[in-house]
Amino acid sequence: MTAPPAIQAEGLIKVFGSNRAVDGVDLTVGSGTVYGLLGPNGAGKTTVVKMLATLLRPDGGEAQVFGRDVRREADHVRELISLTGQYASVDEDLTGTENLVLLGRLLGAGKRAARNRSAQLLEAFGLTEAADRQVKQYSGGMRRRIDIAASILSTPKLLFLDEPTTGLDPRSRNQVWEIVRAVVAQGTTVLLTTQYLDEADQLASRIAVIDHGTVIAEGTKGELKASVGLGTVHVRLRDADRRAEAAEVLERVLGSEVTLDADPVAVTARIGERDTGGPGAVVEGTPVTELAAEQAALALTELARAGIVVDTFSLGQPSLDEVFLALTDHPASDRSVDAEATEQGAAA
Amino acid sequence: MTTTERGTDTTAISAEALERGFDSSRLSGVLSATERPPRPSGLSSSITFGWRAVLKIKHVPEQLFDVTLFPIMMTLMFTYLFGGALAGSTTEYLQYFLPGILVASIAMITMYTGVAVNTDIAKGVFDRFRTLPMWRPAPMVGYLLGDLFRYVIASVVIVVMGLILGYRPAGGVVGVLAGVLVLLVFCFAFSWVWTMFGLLLRSEKSVMGVSMMVLMPLTFLSSVYVDPSTMPGWLQAFVKVNPVTHVADAVRATMSGVWDGSALLWVAVWTVALTVVFGTWTMRLYNRT
Ligand SMILES: Nc1ncnc2c1ncn2[C@@H]1O[C@H](COP(=O)(O)OP(=O)(O)O)[C@@H](O)[C@H]1O
Ligand SMILES: [Mg+2]
Repeated sequence: MTAPPAIQAEGLIKVFGSNRAVDGVDLTVGSGTVYGLLGPNGAGKTTVVKMLATLLRPDGGEAQVFGRDVRREADHVRELISLTGQYASVDEDLTGTENLVLLGRLLGAGKRAARNRSAQLLEAFGLTEAADRQVKQYSGGMRRRIDIAASILSTPKLLFLDEPTTGLDPRSRNQVWEIVRAVVAQGTTVLLTTQYLDEADQLASRIAVIDHGTVIAEGTKGELKASVGLGTVHVRLRDADRRAEAAEVLERVLGSEVTLDADPVAVTARIGERDTGGPGAVVEGTPVTELAAEQAALALTELARAGIVVDTFSLGQPSLDEVFLALTDHPASDRSVDAEATEQGAAA
Repeated sequence: MTTTERGTDTTAISAEALERGFDSSRLSGVLSATERPPRPSGLSSSITFGWRAVLKIKHVPEQLFDVTLFPIMMTLMFTYLFGGALAGSTTEYLQYFLPGILVASIAMITMYTGVAVNTDIAKGVFDRFRTLPMWRPAPMVGYLLGDLFRYVIASVVIVVMGLILGYRPAGGVVGVLAGVLVLLVFCFAFSWVWTMFGLLLRSEKSVMGVSMMVLMPLTFLSSVYVDPSTMPGWLQAFVKVNPVTHVADAVRATMSGVWDGSALLWVAVWTVALTVVFGTWTMRLYNRT
């Protein structure tokens, strides 16, 4: 008998009124891995997490956490999980210490043990200075750190992180990433939701792309990257006459389609996967950014060798929109924006 | 290195603290070897939530206005408004009225439980509480325990006010303490009505509205302000089954050192009935979704 996966979900459904927020989601998350749930605002990520974390009853489908049914064995599932919700997941009126002691006590620690553990975590998360301040006075990054600290007072087997870095500055974002890596290194399984391809790529080993409540692509990072590409190179030339030549060079080096922009000196080219280490191959574990930079450097060298002068050059990472374009032929739509637009249309 | 900035905003965290902030190398040490301790008892979790409520009072002490100023106002207002007219003198009226106003004021204050539940439940932290493996009613019982603390404060305020104004309970210290205890037990049970409404209704405003609609008739159409024998028959019929009447009678008797078995029995019946009906209903709503 093999151990059950951390998460096994089949055909999960949640309907709010006439809105099928989650519409038949299958997920299998291996124990000890980081799984990324990638999708735009309103895709259904939070709803999936809430069903798996026993907060919402699924309207259809089945889900088990380490083999325990989220509906029938909810109480048992709760012993295995921790949730860091999308919005403030600690009490903003209380101080950092009070929050951690409160949760420690609720998990069964004695007064003394809860205090010690709280002090230890605050120290490790760089929050000792802020320990006695109300959380509502914390900066965004500090808030996220205390949110996560509260989730690992005792090590959960499965940690849900719902958009842990949305709205954070790059520095705080990196700190959160480091925390996630450290937590995973201890053997905890993480289900992470995000709107950033880059984040899923940095942390997750497998990724599911979710849109309008359904999984539209699922696979290892490599598989996903192969279908999406690494990003785009955008160059502006000194001399418009040489544009055709430049396009040819880029096409040859990057092996992907090249777009001639409205601007007569500009060329945009997608960076594909196939030139890295052999046809169709993907170098597992290498971040997208590095692979893209490598290829872009190569492209620049070749342009220089051909004697084509480049005025400006930029390298863009594939955005969530591009992921969606590649996977579905339509850009990522923000459902809440859709709804607003409809309302405005009705009002007009 | 110290900057001598004036008017530094005390609510903002200093940049220095942020810089010293975070070092991932310290992380791995605190992550290992933290198995979950055995799950706490339901009582222990409830008390922890009660402690949370008290901490909130500590951080926002203004919320004690409703358990201090409001009872003072009620006592003064009704003593001088009705005292002369109804009993000839305020001191005389006070002997009848003080236990009643104690009951009415605290019954009124119980409605803030519903408001607190309603505003709190929508916050993200509640999602976290609900994913903890613990006795499910603990957060709700915690509210009620925290509120008991508020009721005690209000009771002390009213009794002290009464003593200053000339209330002289025949039951002495023991009688007064026993009377307050009866009231607290009842209010603990009665508050389940508000946890239920706090979970059922959508907004804080509607919780307030419904609470007033329930509380106004319950407190006024009772034996709190006037002796029911002065009322018309149809009104007496309601007053006689009103739980606030039973509690007011029981508290009034106990404080004057008299044993009113029938009123106390009624209070016991109401306490059990309210807890069973509204406690169950609250938990159904809490577990829903
Ligand atoms: N409690 C709720 N009641 C009604 N609709 C909801 C509720 N929660 C989410 N939704 C709707 O379900 C859809 C998915 O939402 P959500 O899971 O929060 O998406 P995401 O987390 O990916 O942004 C959205 O259209 C949202 O408006
Ligand atoms: Mg969400």
